[in-house]
Amino acid sequence: MPSGPAGSHWSGLFFSGTFFFDAECSSDTICDLGIDDVVVDLSKNYFELFELPVSCQVDQQRLSSQYRALQRAVHPDRFAGDGERQQRLSIQYASHVNEAFDTLKQPLPRVIYLLKLAGRDVDMECNTIMDAGFLMEQMALREAVADIKSTSNPEQEVERLADQVDADIHRYLQQFEGFWVSGTEQDLDQAETLVRKMQFMVKLATELEQLESELLDD
Amino acid sequence: MAYSEKVIDHYENPRNVGKLDQDSQSVGTGMVGAPACGDVMRLQIQVSDEGIIEDARFKTYGCGSAIASSSLATEWMKGKTLDEAATIKNTDIAEELALPPVKIHCSVLAEDAIKAAIDDYRSKQKHDDAAPAA
Repeated sequence: MPSGPAGSHWSGLFFSGTFFFDAECSSDTICDLGIDDVVVDLSKNYFELFELPVSCQVDQQRLSSQYRALQRAVHPDRFAGDGERQQRLSIQYASHVNEAFDTLKQPLPRVIYLLKLAGRDVDMECNTIMDAGFLMEQMALREAVADIKSTSNPEQEVERLADQVDADIHRYLQQFEGFWVSGTEQDLDQAETLVRKMQFMVKLATELEQLESELLDD
Repeated sequence: MAYSEKVIDHYENPRNVGKLDQDSQSVGTGMVGAPACGDVMRLQIQVSDEGIIEDARFKTYGCGSAIASSSLATEWMKGKTLDEAATIKNTDIAEELALPPVKIHCSVLAEDAIKAAIDDYRSKQKHDDAAPAA
């Protein structure tokens, strides 16, 4: 069996909720486990997969350490010498773990996922009619972003707008949490609206980041 | 993804970009947004006493297809009555611009903006009627 990265010691207890162990497997290092010994339960939700509480806030340190441990266990490189089925399984597990990590890492995909767990699929394609005040604010923000390069101090302006957008995202996240925790149908409607607003802000934040690196390059 | 020639034309030479006086009684403003791509669109119409759309303006922050869709919408609306303009369908816009399936929502955005602008104008007229004569 191919060996994994040095020092990747396996703690069975740590992953008791995530992995299924072959009863006859006496080894305590992950390097000796085959993919069949390391079964990722695909039916578990992403929070359970990383043994995190289902919540708006995520312990990033724990998320990262759980992710690294899971990736070490299922990484396709470890099974390169195994049969086709084992390799396929490890690829499936690894991509599941990656997707779970990407979903929980950033606030926006995380809250979309939380709504999905609550039975709400946020449809971003439709729902074009939004609260007019919000859209006006968006328009004003977009205008400000478009004008950045013609301001006297573009770097400062980018930073100011980025801070404003970040603060808005943070505020929406906090409001979302309140609605999500209460969880009534009406509150979930509100939570959904907030997710859409967050989506706009995240797009804007990405644009501002691009603009910032462009300004630095100039 | 390759844009059609018509999309590129509208994108490079957008028609009727600008702003009308939002507070004017004869102006209807439609604001819509598409969370999927973070697009924001403002479409405004200036309506004559006879109910004809004399002028239309838009401002869109979004991709080329969204800009082209709203640009085309303003072109089509000018000179039409409100009822005629209300019949403009997103499928007409998508067909005219040869939008690929992944960009259909841009034309939906434009149709929704048209409706929102007409609704805004009509609700202003209602308020006007309800207001006591000066």
